[in-house]
Amino acid sequence: MAEDAIRRKERLDRGVKVRSDTVYAVSSWKEILFLLAPRAALIAVLLLAPLFVPSLYWQRVICIMGVYALLAIGFDFLAHFVGLVCLGGALFIGVGAYFSGCLNHYLGLPPVLTIPIGSIGGALICTIILLPTLPLRGVYFAIVTFTYPVFLERIIVAADILGGTDGIPGLSILYSTWLSQYSILSVILLCVFGLRRLVNEDIGVVFRGVKDNDQAIRASGLSVTYYKAIAVFFAALMGCFGGAYLAHLYGWVGMSLLSMDFSVFPLVATVVGGPGTIAGPLVGCLLLVPISEMLRAFGALRIVIYSLIMVFFILFWSEGLVNWARRKYEQFERWVRV
Amino acid sequence: MGNPLLRVRSLSKSFGGVKAVNDVSFDLHEGEILGVIGPNGSGKTTLLNLITGFVRKDSGTVEFRGKDITKWSAHKISNLGLVRTFQIVRPYATLPAFKNLIPPLFSPRIKQSTRGKLGDRDAVAIDVLEEVGFERDAYVPYKLAGSLPLGYLKRLEFARCLCMKPETICCDEVFSGLSMAEIASMLPLVERLQADRITLIMVEHRLRELFRVADRVLVMNFGQKIAEGSPREVMKDPQVRRAYLGEEVKL
Repeated sequence: MAEDAIRRKERLDRGVKVRSDTVYAVSSWKEILFLLAPRAALIAVLLLAPLFVPSLYWQRVICIMGVYALLAIGFDFLAHFVGLVCLGGALFIGVGAYFSGCLNHYLGLPPVLTIPIGSIGGALICTIILLPTLPLRGVYFAIVTFTYPVFLERIIVAADILGGTDGIPGLSILYSTWLSQYSILSVILLCVFGLRRLVNEDIGVVFRGVKDNDQAIRASGLSVTYYKAIAVFFAALMGCFGGAYLAHLYGWVGMSLLSMDFSVFPLVATVVGGPGTIAGPLVGCLLLVPISEMLRAFGALRIVIYSLIMVFFILFWSEGLVNWARRKYEQFERWVRV
Repeated sequence: MGNPLLRVRSLSKSFGGVKAVNDVSFDLHEGEILGVIGPNGSGKTTLLNLITGFVRKDSGTVEFRGKDITKWSAHKISNLGLVRTFQIVRPYATLPAFKNLIPPLFSPRIKQSTRGKLGDRDAVAIDVLEEVGFERDAYVPYKLAGSLPLGYLKRLEFARCLCMKPETICCDEVFSGLSMAEIASMLPLVERLQADRITLIMVEHRLRELFRVADRVLVMNFGQKIAEGSPREVMKDPQVRRAYLGEEVKL
């Protein structure tokens, strides 16, 4: 055993990774392929998934997976690039769904209009109602985002507005299953690649600055609250789009769209997929949503299995799948004697 | 002398029962270097926090270029060109050093002064870092800010201020925690700011270095201003001696 004690694992970047970081990235097909392969694989999996799933039921699952993925991507963006722990999945989904559902039901607008208006309008509402918590540091933002959906649910029941406990049925349904699947998948791809670009732009650096040191941001003449609000708007936009989309996928809005699942699931998907990668939460959703569907037979035990997966990842594999895979892809490891 | 650049009148702030800053007034003229000294806990840093808007004032007024900025928030004050460094350095640890200068270059003040034609912010950031002593050849600007030694982080604080095109810099103990060699290499930077006619307020414990550059010194004790004048004058002041050395004991 003494032999083991003086060994340690050394990790070194692969040559092709080092070259791909610099201008040599376009020196040969090998480097180009090295950069494109993971991205192409992600795009291929997403775009081909609808063609290979066995039934209409599973096509539905893909749509729902998409909604969860948008929430999870938003969660990861806020938590790891802006420093806001957002448990507002249910808030975003609920506001987006009710907003577009009402436009459709009361004003008779078609989904082509209600989904964009519902997403942007809903995101504005969410940002405005969360604004008072943004100047604060600490857990307040998380608590308030988690509380609002409960609050809205109670208002809807007590005042018997917006359909009360029954919800609003009979909304327009999206035109076809293919359209509904590919629309959400393309939005996801847009968000993943868009956000990954954004966090390396100058405004993204400001966001990351807010996370690292908000006082230094103020000393740089930038309003912390303003940039937090912009970031929350982005995340809310994705969440509200998911909500508006769900309303027209089901043809119905109701209180179950304010359920806690939407707040908690993104967190689990982010832990499993790999925090701080934007793509990780998407991968987490790709795995967890189908598993969750297969476990439906277990009923209430589903939650237990779920929790076990999360606890396992937090305790033993906290870097998450994508961070792990990325390390294996970019570096080689070997044992060296110390 | 004309109108002062910065006019502070009877500024006060209490934390619970402690009067951290108690009725402090002073003027600051353009191009001047004002030293602020005093024993630990005498309210020097709080004074800077109040002037730059990082802490809310209980009472008193602050005017900058004749404009009342008493109730302004910190980021608006920074945008006037009244900027500060932090005693406990505040880098963005997970970003490379040069990316630490993107936020100030992104500020409304710089956008206005360059009319959006600053060009590549990364390139400007690296130039500024080289000015304050980050060796470009050794790739120091590209290292993660979290991995840099304190000497560089103190310079990074200065660099952030310089990126704001400052008129006044409030320096909060820029020499503290540095070795003599590091201080010696920081002094030219301060002298260059002086030559550029940038007004400085320097809170400092290193009196020898401060007195080399300061035009005027303000001495604080228990939140109050106890003396003000040239370095030579204040050192002769009996109150200042008492604050630093204690009462004379008669045996």
